Amino acid sequence: MANVLDVVRRNQESLLQEWLEGIKGGIRRRDLIDDRELKSQAAEVLTMICDAPGEAALDNLNSPPWQPLKDLLASLSTTRAVQGFTPSETAMFILSLKGPIFGLALKLHKNDVDLLFSEITAVDDFIDKLALHTTDSYIHGRDQVIVRQQEEMLELSTPVVTLWDGIVALPLIGTLDSARTQIVMESLLQAIVQTNSRFAIIDITGVPTVDTLVAQHLLKTITAARLMGAECIISGIRPQIAQTIVHLGINLEDVITKAKLSDAFRLALERSGRSVTRNSKSNGPVLSGAREQ
Amino acid sequence: MERIPILRMGNFLLVTIQVDMHDKLALTLQDDLTAKIADVGAKGVLIDISSLEIVDSFIGRTLANIASMARVLDAQTVVVGMQPAVAITLVELGMSLPGIRTALNVESGMEYLKETVIDYRNGEDYDGDSEQD
Repeated sequence: MANVLDVVRRNQESLLQEWLEGIKGGIRRRDLIDDRELKSQAAEVLTMICDAPGEAALDNLNSPPWQPLKDLLASLSTTRAVQGFTPSETAMFILSLKGPIFGLALKLHKNDVDLLFSEITAVDDFIDKLALHTTDSYIHGRDQVIVRQQEEMLELSTPVVTLWDGIVALPLIGTLDSARTQIVMESLLQAIVQTNSRFAIIDITGVPTVDTLVAQHLLKTITAARLMGAECIISGIRPQIAQTIVHLGINLEDVITKAKLSDAFRLALERSGRSVTRNSKSNGPVLSGAREQ
Repeated sequence: MERIPILRMGNFLLVTIQVDMHDKLALTLQDDLTAKIADVGAKGVLIDISSLEIVDSFIGRTLANIASMARVLDAQTVVVGMQPAVAITLVELGMSLPGIRTALNVESGMEYLKETVIDYRNGEDYDGDSEQD
């Protein structure tokens, strides 16, 4: 086995060239990585293989001498997952190394078929393990991306906006689950305290479906806001959602509901003793502002 | 023995809970407050719980009880300044305290009490649950 590694060490340059040819043949997305970067990555991996200490055995990838190589491949695959490569493209990077090494082994053991077979089996096994490791790291990288995106979505999706002095609105977008409801509830209640708002408008225009669970989450939020002394208005109920709510038998009778956010805002202004008037008719349908009574 | 002070302001009684409520303290408050309402003929009770950070089902129930007892004694109760964490806890415990009026702070709570008591004196038909403002 050491024989093949020796030959690989001696022919590092030519092997690298052949490997790169193989990789380029397999890669369909050259826009994601340029040739120079690919070459430096391949050279690094090959150097790691060649520089492995003499006691490193091909059949035991978990032994300490191979650890630097595994780490390098892991970081390369994680980067590729972020860059948008497919799993097979990532695995092909390392699998393309098989052909050139088999070629070298064939030259070395032309006359001894048994030895050639055992060498090729060992190298094949070794590279397969490396490819599996690459795929594992790739999936791990993907998972990290997904987790990060979920966290970002949670942060992004719960903005509380102040519409007027004492009136806040919470435009909900996306499906409400338990974890999100908790965050939505906390940020709304926090905003009520901070802005000293007596009215909170929850706009569900962006909520695709309302089932019993979502309705229960909404009611919880509304009750908590009421306990703090703020009144909640639900707006943005689409006709289909109104139908669903009635068919499901959800009781929203204790809650003020409005079809549009503007209706809810108007009601909140009225309840807080304000009215909206238009000063000039020529300006078209522009609201000239709310006037304190 | 530890007691929660009850302040009188005209027709109204003011209670500010500044310490952690335990069960006995809540019951003492219930006794003291009902006695005081009957004693001075108060028309409104304002309970400020803005410093209350821990609440359990018993305290929640006691608050609801106090409100109902005050109602029987012809006084409106308003609970003001509930912390977000307390509100979430009560909701998760399944206590929505339907009979209790709430307000954001002492100021809006007093405003509410003054309005309702004046409405009441003007002989208007007043119903505490359906009246929104």
